[in-house]
Amino acid sequence: MGFLSLMDDLTHALAADLDGTFPTLVETMGRQLFWGLRRMSGNHQEAEDLTQETFIRAYRALGEYDAERIRSMDLSPWIWTIAMNLGRNHLRDRARRPTYVELSDTGADDPEPVDDAAWDRRLSALSREQRTAVVLRHVAGLGISEISKVTGRPEGTVKADIHRGLSRLKETMEREHEH
Amino acid sequence: MSIESQLAGSSGPLPRGVSEGVALGTGLAEGYDFYESAIGPVIVTFNPLGVSSVDIPEGFEERHSGRPLIRAEAPRAWGMGIQEAIERGTPGKLPVDLRHVTPFQEKVLRTTATIPRGEVRPYGWVAYEVDSPRAVRAVGSAVARNPIPLIIPCHRVVRSDGHIGNYSLGGPRNKVDLLHHEGAMPEMLEKLASHRVRFRGDQATGVFHHPTCHVLRRGSKLVDFRSSDEAEQVGFQACEVCRPHG
Repeated sequence: MGFLSLMDDLTHALAADLDGTFPTLVETMGRQLFWGLRRMSGNHQEAEDLTQETFIRAYRALGEYDAERIRSMDLSPWIWTIAMNLGRNHLRDRARRPTYVELSDTGADDPEPVDDAAWDRRLSALSREQRTAVVLRHVAGLGISEISKVTGRPEGTVKADIHRGLSRLKETMEREHEH
Repeated sequence: MSIESQLAGSSGPLPRGVSEGVALGTGLAEGYDFYESAIGPVIVTFNPLGVSSVDIPEGFEERHSGRPLIRAEAPRAWGMGIQEAIERGTPGKLPVDLRHVTPFQEKVLRTTATIPRGEVRPYGWVAYEVDSPRAVRAVGSAVARNPIPLIIPCHRVVRSDGHIGNYSLGGPRNKVDLLHHEGAMPEMLEKLASHRVRFRGDQATGVFHHPTCHVLRRGSKLVDFRSSDEAEQVGFQACEVCRPHG
């Protein structure tokens, strides 16, 4: 079964039984949400906090909606929109107050793939728009129209962001091989 | 391998703490932790709305029904207040989750929570205070099913015949121990009750009280009464703090 029809079934199940189905939604979308946020922010702890907060907000919002409204929802971009809004506020808060981040702190005992630092470095060379678009497309697996909805940028611009972002990444990685 | 597939393959699993954090933050699971009390260690469960239960560790899991449990720290906003609420025997500002009790039971428990430390009240007093003076038995069963003992101090509600009454948290021995610990002198209460004394008047002020009322001054010359009628007949007035009636 493909991801899209799985999400469709999940949407119907959520409409019928929010409490019973919500853990399945977390299982289904949690990994892509966390890793998308992780690649976007370059910060493990921040990505954990944002993932958690996004799901809690989503649960509360769904609790207010009636079944018909939930059934008509496009869950994946909706949840990503919540995450992006929270992320933006988070960045703004972080800019206002000084933070002390331990460099070795990955936030948890969870093992991270060894090339995490490399991806953080490579992705930090991209503009924020490019980084967001590339990560939403290739880490979170969203379609172009979904990314357009989430970022509020036209589809053509999203495509260009992804294209330029990937070229930039390619250059960086080729330079890595030269050294 | 293309950059696209390298990026897609760069993800690991979802960190375990995240699903647990979501389960606790949505209230789909309840958190629990151990705390100290005068009768030994107790387990407190909580969710985003507040503290939902207090229980002794023995047989806790068998008695717990409902949402799955995750050992966790209580929410930062009020978690620090749990230990103090247990020690003082009152919720104070600590939020309590009473969604799973009936409106009547909630009224009974909120009234019970107003009984000060070191004092006791009979079941009949609680019934009167919740405007159901005849529902003494219903009050008894509402108190017995208190999900949050120690913090909602149901150990301070006793039978008016001098028996200390039952206690859900490990039996009546714990109730006696708690009352001792709080300085409520359960033996004195039993002795008074065996003489059917329910209220005590202060000769100097002309006011009568529950025997444990903190307004009743030590060393006052006392008059014992078997009912509020008896006290009022000889010109005593009911204490406005402990509100003796019946």
